[in-house]
Amino acid sequence: MTVGVKRVGAATFRLDGVYVAASGTAVGDKEWQGPLGQYFDLHWTPPPDSKSFEQEERDLLRRSQDVALAKAGLDWEAVDVVLGGDLLDQLVTTSFAGREHGRPLLGLFAACATFTAGLATGSLLVAGAGAQTVVVSAVSHHFAAERQFRYPVELGNQRYPTASWTATAAGSTILDHKPHPLRVEAVTIGRVVDWGQKDPNDYGSAMAPAAVDTILRHLQATGQTPAAFDAIFTGDLGEFGRRLALRLLNEQTGEDWSQRLDDCGRILYDRKRQDVHNGASGAGCSAAVFGGYLSARLDAGAWHRLLLVATGALLSPTSSQQGESIPGIAHAVAVVAEGG
Amino acid sequence: MTFVWAFVVGGLLCALAQLLLDTSNLTPAHVLVLFVVAGALAGGTGWYHALVKVAGAGASVPLPGFGYTLVKGIGEAVQEKGAWGLFTGGLEAAGGGIKAAVLFGLAAALVFRPRA
Amino acid sequence: MQAQGADEALRARYRYWVEAMRPKKPLARNLAWAFGVGGAISEVGQWVQWFFQRQGMSPDQAGTPTAIVLVGLGALATGLGWYDRLTKVAGMGASLPITGFANAMVAPAMEFRSEGLVLGVGAKLFTVAGPVLGWGMAAAFVVGLARLVLGVRI
Repeated sequence: MTVGVKRVGAATFRLDGVYVAASGTAVGDKEWQGPLGQYFDLHWTPPPDSKSFEQEERDLLRRSQDVALAKAGLDWEAVDVVLGGDLLDQLVTTSFAGREHGRPLLGLFAACATFTAGLATGSLLVAGAGAQTVVVSAVSHHFAAERQFRYPVELGNQRYPTASWTATAAGSTILDHKPHPLRVEAVTIGRVVDWGQKDPNDYGSAMAPAAVDTILRHLQATGQTPAAFDAIFTGDLGEFGRRLALRLLNEQTGEDWSQRLDDCGRILYDRKRQDVHNGASGAGCSAAVFGGYLSARLDAGAWHRLLLVATGALLSPTSSQQGESIPGIAHAVAVVAEGG
Repeated sequence: MTFVWAFVVGGLLCALAQLLLDTSNLTPAHVLVLFVVAGALAGGTGWYHALVKVAGAGASVPLPGFGYTLVKGIGEAVQEKGAWGLFTGGLEAAGGGIKAAVLFGLAAALVFRPRA
Repeated sequence: MQAQGADEALRARYRYWVEAMRPKKPLARNLAWAFGVGGAISEVGQWVQWFFQRQGMSPDQAGTPTAIVLVGLGALATGLGWYDRLTKVAGMGASLPITGFANAMVAPAMEFRSEGLVLGVGAKLFTVAGPVLGWGMAAAFVVGLARLVLGVRI
């Protein structure tokens, strides 16, 4: 088995010997009742003794990590590095979980793109630096995010048609140097793209150009065509953002990507029945959708090759109030089902 | 008749605020501030007083009524105490609602949890 | 397949698409709900005021107890988790009446209980209602001053 990493583009790396050992997912009520509910491992409910939404988020993260380790048949001692992030200030969820598992920890922030930022970094550590087992996690909690980014939970306000619903979800994926059915083929680290969108109720339009930029850079560097992928999933563009991304891709490549490109945030909920307008967002969304639904599709042989491009809106409540536009970022990870 | 006008005027003020919210880039907080300021200005001209006479709670319950109440209180205090009334007036008239909100807010914090 | 350096023309086209393709707010429905709920809350206020007037108060005197009762109702609905659901459909129909003011005070008070009674509840009580109180007082001061200078009476 060869292990290695080769730089094939500005920040695109082709990898050998990096595998997905297992993923664990834990989601809240609303996510469990959505169309993807059957694909998740754990229907998480808040522990009765939790004192805050922030504590609940920590519990959610821990549960997803425990499930992933159990599925991989590993214990914490076997983990070389933990990578991950959340949406709360100073990454408290990820860091506080670290004081319990005690493993080397690298906290990452890329908003809702955190999961693929972690997968990319983790894959590079395994392929290029000899790490053997890396846990990559991302988590978000609807109410914890809501009170930090928007309004108090009980404060009445109307949601905008372009606004997305922060998912209560956590996904943990274990990267391993030993062969498993799913292999990480290549990663592209995204760059910040800001086309001047300012509406804090519409992240989709702010992030779509970043998603398109990363997708095209990844394909250009690896020499692949869109047809190489059975599915390309962006992070949390939602319905509106996906339509914009399709329009941009069509404009720049002359091709229709609509059969190939979908979005994690768009499919997590039944957008009509569950009243979430644009779809889901949150660091945990793409992590849980990958660990649940997308991995299952690859495992089942329905798809052979997947490009996961989680997207993040890199704003803060302060930057938004100060009238700054919303920078977007997207990191891409190509996962291939070996022998599929 | 006041009972009819209360519904109509209260509803129209809210619909007007909704129209402003939905057709501009203003946040709800900006719309609310705008309406309380508008209420104060309309109170200063005497128009809001006329509206309250006709519509009763339809004019006093929505937020512009709060701006109007402040102006009215200041006017009365100025008549009583002169210029110092500019500083002391208004809060007494509006104080019932504010203090009730403070007390109920504190009580609710002790009794209820969010997402009840 | 051009990934690098999106040109300004493309960005301009993109901005146009964003505006053109953006899902619209359901304006007619929002206005109808705002009117209906705002009117209904005002109507309740009118009945409460009428009750106090029956006790012998003038419409002016009845204003304060009416406000207190409505604030109490708004606070209760907030505590029970109803008011945010009402506002979700009624928008300004629920935010503009004084019950919405109560919601704006009670919601942060409840929310920040986890940060303690002083620095949480106490400090955050006015985070949402503060702008309205502050600018309301400032506007009323200016209007009062103008009337004093111009010599206008009520």
